[in-house]
Amino acid sequence: MSGAFTKSTARNIFYGGSVFFLLMLIALTFDTMGTLPERDHRENITEQVAMGKKVWEDNNCIGCHTLMGEGAYFAPELANVYDRFGKSKEAIMGFIMSRPAEGVPGRRSMPQFNLSQEELEAVAEFLKWVSEIDDENWPPNIQG
Amino acid sequence: MKYQSQSVAKLYFIAAIALFVAQILFGLIMGLQYVIGDFLFPHIPFNVARMVHTNALIVWLLMGFMGAAYYLVPEEAETELHSPKLAVALFWIFLAAAGATVAAYLLVNYATLAHITGNELLPTMGREFLEQPTITKIGIVVVVLGFLFNIGMTILKGRKTSINLVLMLGLVGLAVFFLFAFYNPDNLVLDKYYWWFVVHLWVEGVWELILGAILAFVLIKVTGVDREVIEKWLYLIIAMALISGILGTGHHFYWIGTPAYWQTIGSIFSALEPIPFFMMTLFAFNMVNQRRREHPNKAATLWALGTSVMAFLGAGVWGFLHTLAPVNYFTHGTQITAAHGHMAFYGAYVMIVITMISYAMPLIRGRAAANSMKSQVVEMWSFWLMTVSMIFITLFLTGAGILQVWLQRYSDAPQAFMVVQEKIALFYWMREFAGLVFLIGLVIYIVSFFIEGEEATVS
Repeated sequence: MSGAFTKSTARNIFYGGSVFFLLMLIALTFDTMGTLPERDHRENITEQVAMGKKVWEDNNCIGCHTLMGEGAYFAPELANVYDRFGKSKEAIMGFIMSRPAEGVPGRRSMPQFNLSQEELEAVAEFLKWVSEIDDENWPPNIQG
Repeated sequence: MKYQSQSVAKLYFIAAIALFVAQILFGLIMGLQYVIGDFLFPHIPFNVARMVHTNALIVWLLMGFMGAAYYLVPEEAETELHSPKLAVALFWIFLAAAGATVAAYLLVNYATLAHITGNELLPTMGREFLEQPTITKIGIVVVVLGFLFNIGMTILKGRKTSINLVLMLGLVGLAVFFLFAFYNPDNLVLDKYYWWFVVHLWVEGVWELILGAILAFVLIKVTGVDREVIEKWLYLIIAMALISGILGTGHHFYWIGTPAYWQTIGSIFSALEPIPFFMMTLFAFNMVNQRRREHPNKAATLWALGTSVMAFLGAGVWGFLHTLAPVNYFTHGTQITAAHGHMAFYGAYVMIVITMISYAMPLIRGRAAANSMKSQVVEMWSFWLMTVSMIFITLFLTGAGILQVWLQRYSDAPQAFMVVQEKIALFYWMREFAGLVFLIGLVIYIVSFFIEGEEATVS
């Protein structure tokens, strides 16, 4: 840390390096945006799927569950719940509806969200769409 | 304290510590819910406790950064703060918004909160760490803009040191990247992709500039080492932080629908992310070894050294553990992630804010240089209790995570999530116990502020 290597050299490495890699991130982002339509199947994002995402968000589902591995680690992964429940939207809806309002003594239990039929169908449709995103075969197995 | 206006930092530091207490209490509630599933159910379900735990952390760290900036910037710029009144006003606005938001989390059903705050108009809620109502987010933007204006004007009229410029750059970056919080498309993949522009580019990007600047400032003060040397280190550290960290964002793009090339890019660049943290450790220890003065504030020096080590362990080592794509395929979204998150946030950001508080608070409270030795000893006890218990929290969560990965993901007969959770409950109990020790450490930390005595001097 002596001799010719001065503070201004260090500063130039910082500015040069940061700008270069920020531009790289922007370039890669453009490339990613170009390839995403084939992977996320956005043609299948119906109004119902969009509403399902809204139901997902308005009830803070991410506060307990993970979705594609992101979220809280208190409750099961849901990006593949559609597959885990035998590709049945009814099973998903039935599970959400059946949660006891006062919980289960001594155990973790999902709250009763009192969703309308329309909301239930939307969130199930959303989870079905999520299960079909090409996410490099994650999670490793059906248990999530 | 050289400038009267630096004292506005005090408000920010006190509020930061108060929110820190709230964060830990709700952490303990969540920890208990991991093993006693119906604890406080349905009044405070896990997701609500988690929002309070994580949002209180974010807000108190922001409060800490702001307090640090209000103290540091005038001293570096060698001039009074542009407007202390604005700083005080923004403090009360920020505190009221944060308090109202936390109260709403606890008192109002989340879906109802989304509805009454008009989430339909600009939906931003219900995403991890960005759960705040949209109006709270707008409030944060207003407060941060006012804050940036205030310290920006101070820097403009005064001396422009590298530390001030780096800090300013970090804080401007914080504000800019937060704007991605307002982008929430219907397409979940896009939503997740840009969500990371807030989360990753904060904690593994611009926040490291803030961390570096605060650490450099405190090290100049407590070691008396030449500014040129310290600022050269600072630039090198933050250069490595951004060179590795910007494309290191790719380690979040492995399994969310983004192209496979991110597995290569993310693995390579995030594998470099420990380097700046290791440099930070070398930096802190070298500067303290080369010190040209014996500063009587031993506690602040301990926190400065501690943050450099714990940030390296938590962000560097525990980050590297699960950052390579073939490993992450199995560890993604397990207790391994939680282990890393806890130690990284504590080591890098909690400890740097406490470092600054430890250095600045005695001066704001009218001491010549430091608290009494009695007070410092108590503070150093709190350092060891909180730090060691955080190491144990991390180790227990890592143990839980390894077992979870094995039982649920890796073995020949993968088991269901909840089945596995019950099998690893022992680790959650141990984590909760370590968490209680952390709380004791935090209480002792607060007690240290109230211990009087003759001011410590250098013999």
